[in-house]
Amino acid sequence: MALPRITSPHATGSNRTRKIMQLVLLATLPGVLVLTWLYGFGTLINILWASAVALGCEAAVLRLRRRPVGFFLRDCTAVLTAVLLALALPPYSPWWLTLVATAFAIVFGKQLFGGLGQNPFNPAMIGYVVVLVSFPVEMTNWPAPRGFEAVSPTLGLVEGLQRILGFSAGLPDAWTQATALDVLKVNKSLTIAELWAGNPAFGSVGGYGSEAVNLAFLAGGLFLLYKRVFTWHAPLGMLAALALMSLLFWNGSGSDSNGSPLFHLLSGATMLGAFFIVTDPVSGATSLRGRLIFGAGVGVLAYVIRAWGGYPDGVAFAVLLMNLAAPTIDYYTRPRTYGHSKPERGFKLGD
Amino acid sequence: MSAETKIWDFPGGIHPPQRKDLSNRTPIQQPPLSRRLTVPLSQHIGATAEPCVTVGERVLKGQKIAAGSGFVSVPVHAPTSGSVAFIGPQPYPHTSGMLSPAIVIDTDGLDEWCALAPCADFRSLEPLALLDRIRDAGISGLGGAGFPTAVKLTARPQQKIHTLVINGTECEPYITADDLLMREKATELMVGIDILAKLIEPAEVLIGIEDNKPEAIAALRAALGERTYQLRVFPAKYPSGGEKQLIQILTGREVPSGGLPADIGILCQNVGTAVAVHDAVVLGKPLIARITTLTGEALARPMNVEALLGTPVADLLAFAGLDAQKMDRLIMGGPMMGFTLPALEVPLVKTTNCLLAATRAELPPPPPALPCIRCGECALVCPASLLPQQLHFFALGAEHEQLKAYNLFDCIECGACAYVCPSTIPLVQYYRAAKADIRELEQKHQKAEHSRQRFELREERLRREEERKEEERKARAERAARAKAAPTEAAAGPGTPAAPAANEEFKRLKIEASMAQVALKKAEKQLAQHDTAALHAQVAELRAALEAAQQALAGAQADAAQSAAPPVADDAALKKAKIDAAMLRVQIRKLEKLEAPDDEQQAELTSLRERLAAVERTLAAAPSNVPAPAPRPAGEEALKKAKIDLAMKRGELKKAEKAGADEAELTRLRDALAGAEQALHAAEDASGKPAPQLVRTDKRPIDETTRTLKTTVAFARADLRKLERDANAEPAALAAARERLAEAEQKLAEQQRP
Repeated sequence: MALPRITSPHATGSNRTRKIMQLVLLATLPGVLVLTWLYGFGTLINILWASAVALGCEAAVLRLRRRPVGFFLRDCTAVLTAVLLALALPPYSPWWLTLVATAFAIVFGKQLFGGLGQNPFNPAMIGYVVVLVSFPVEMTNWPAPRGFEAVSPTLGLVEGLQRILGFSAGLPDAWTQATALDVLKVNKSLTIAELWAGNPAFGSVGGYGSEAVNLAFLAGGLFLLYKRVFTWHAPLGMLAALALMSLLFWNGSGSDSNGSPLFHLLSGATMLGAFFIVTDPVSGATSLRGRLIFGAGVGVLAYVIRAWGGYPDGVAFAVLLMNLAAPTIDYYTRPRTYGHSKPERGFKLGD
Repeated sequence: MSAETKIWDFPGGIHPPQRKDLSNRTPIQQPPLSRRLTVPLSQHIGATAEPCVTVGERVLKGQKIAAGSGFVSVPVHAPTSGSVAFIGPQPYPHTSGMLSPAIVIDTDGLDEWCALAPCADFRSLEPLALLDRIRDAGISGLGGAGFPTAVKLTARPQQKIHTLVINGTECEPYITADDLLMREKATELMVGIDILAKLIEPAEVLIGIEDNKPEAIAALRAALGERTYQLRVFPAKYPSGGEKQLIQILTGREVPSGGLPADIGILCQNVGTAVAVHDAVVLGKPLIARITTLTGEALARPMNVEALLGTPVADLLAFAGLDAQKMDRLIMGGPMMGFTLPALEVPLVKTTNCLLAATRAELPPPPPALPCIRCGECALVCPASLLPQQLHFFALGAEHEQLKAYNLFDCIECGACAYVCPSTIPLVQYYRAAKADIRELEQKHQKAEHSRQRFELREERLRREEERKEEERKARAERAARAKAAPTEAAAGPGTPAAPAANEEFKRLKIEASMAQVALKKAEKQLAQHDTAALHAQVAELRAALEAAQQALAGAQADAAQSAAPPVADDAALKKAKIDAAMLRVQIRKLEKLEAPDDEQQAELTSLRERLAAVERTLAAAPSNVPAPAPRPAGEEALKKAKIDLAMKRGELKKAEKAGADEAELTRLRDALAGAEQALHAAEDASGKPAPQLVRTDKRPIDETTRTLKTTVAFARADLRKLERDANAEPAALAAARERLAEAEQKLAEQQRP
């Protein structure tokens, strides 16, 4: 009787990469819903289009690399990248913008490095930054959210599609609107109270609309934490660092104020970044302490860019910069192995 | 109380489904006796036992059928009565399906015990007697590795064991053998612990047990009685039963990397081993059976059995109602660290704690592995705080230096990382392969290094030998030249090489001086007889001449002392002394390298150092021109010493050989002997005596007739032998040859009779 020879362990847990990716996709749902409610179908169309592009690019490169296409497409990582990227892009971005961003993310951000698990940078953020620096005008075209129908009506499905495909030329100039982070950045004369009173971009504590979006992503993130998809270290590190920085450099409520900690926590891509980007295991740090440092680095850098940099939001740049630093962080946060008196840390000759 | 019963935690760990209730609901059962038992000779770590029975011999239950060979080995006993059917390679429970030497016994069904030597009061026994009983009972660790228990218990003086840890954790899923053992044999277990405690006299005894075994805990509590052993219960978490993890849980201390628990004063024994120790010491029973869990969903009646060692696995599984159709894989051990058996024809051995006949649904093959996404789950569950994902990358790239830097060898292969890996990467397999690769490479490297060293030493030896010969040759040539030069010296005068020229001059001056002295004496005599002024003047003149001559001589002497290089013979002695010193230094260094020299070696080291000092003193003295003959006695002294040294070394080697010392020790002694021999040769050379005075007892002078007779006898004997060897030799020729020999011998005897 021939019995199979398999090495231990024979039991396997129920944890699966694919399942993790699906859970993360599921956790974006609250954010997607809020964005759709605020801006109409633009986000949904973005997501579908980006996913299609991502799957197409992934399949093409896998075929070129002679890897099993179906096997790797089923791991859901390409779709996840596409969805996160689509959530970061402005709703109703032109189709080519999404195409460029997604294709760059998948081909250059992921597959050229060796595919799943090999990319040093977060692919979604690579794609986002590429189009941010290449097409700044399109990237700042955020439509006015629901509640500003006076400025511009929330687009329906057909109008949205037309806009994305570039068929609708006759929309009013005021259709788009600067985000709260943008307004605060360029503000030189008004106090915070005046800004809040006079500018529709501001909500109760953060940007109008974006505070709801942030809260929705926070809810999704907490769900993932509860599901133990990731540990609390990286998100908390980022949020704490961002809060601390904004507290330190708040600068009161005058015209040179940088905004309150709550404002920063609930504006821009803070929560999306903290729970869906910084927690990317592939491009982040590995050890728990490393993740804390990694998250904190992102928080600090994001604030630095927001307060003193050239862009209104800095999460994407901060994440990419910290991606660069992640291997080094890993070198310096190695745990102490059982039976060793002290941990091996840092670089050695030959590393 | 709280401080004493403090429980620590170890990092990581997992909680796989336990599935222990499959097999722990029924008491331990006795499987029927198999028709044939296969008892492997090596069920432990260490040297294979050597059979002491022959095929066909009848053996009794408990009779020793193979003796332990060497220190780290245990004997093997017959599990039941019967006859030895076969001795040789048989299937062995190993994942490779390899064969291993075994004794096959056809059972006779009588189960007849041999005479046992029970000992009701083990406290009356000396520790050494206890150890002997444990060793003779063939006990090796029953927890998993199977290290000979007596060896583990043999106290090493430099390591005082202060804590005895009894491992009743059994953290692997499915396995309940120790659980049932603790429930049913708690009393025996306690006595076994008593015996272990008497042997190693620890300050405290800690019994570690997971909280998922309430019945076993209750049974142990009840059996504990007056004893001061601490029963420590802690939450179940895999792999808390690993020796290192259990020590961390119970004491908060860590076994140093690459070390043993004994290094921190802790000794760990499995509960099964403790019960076996009880049986061996109190009942006199050797280890011939063990409790094993038969479990898995392919079995109709999962249970624990107390089975005889050597029972075929197929028989045991049949007893438990195996449905061969349902069985997908058969695992010896648990689902986390066990290994698959390729066939059912293997026997139960001392380390078999579980046979898991799993269905496909129960332990499904993992889906194909995806690439690592560095999620870090593996690092979170690693009980050794390693970084499994990094190790995985390095193993993929065969980066051995990095693997070592990331402490691959601290991995205990518990499988927690592979269990939680979302990409279902067979991580442990990578680590095992990488470890094996590294070990193999290191062995190769070591071998190469060893060869290189041997080669270099040989080259060095040859070079030295060559140098010595060259030196000797030069010295001989020099001597011959001098011998040739001596007779012609007087006539030679100037024109001879520099040194002889100086000699010549010196001699001339000496002759002149003595001639002047003779002339002066003569003149003085004359002066005494005839006191004349002319004579006075002559004497004064002669005295002045003598003085001048003596001065010149003194000057020449001083010159000679200063400038003249030591004579050639002296030079050679100096070199010999140098070689001597070098050799002594080598020997000293060799001795110094020994980690734990015994007294004898220490003494030798001291004497060698003294000798070296002496030789060095000689060396220091030599250049300041000791008169030529001085080194000679020193050389003789060294010769004597070298001779004594050689004799001592030879004695040591013989002693070691007789005592059965290990190969390394013998090699060392042989080296030392060779060194001494060389030293002796060097000393012989240095002593300047005619090289080896071969002391051969001279043969007694023998007369011609005796010699002839002896030759005849020898020829006759040789002829006879030849004929005897030849099967077709004619009897007549044989008889003739015999007669011839007898005749020759008789003649010789007559001749030799005085």
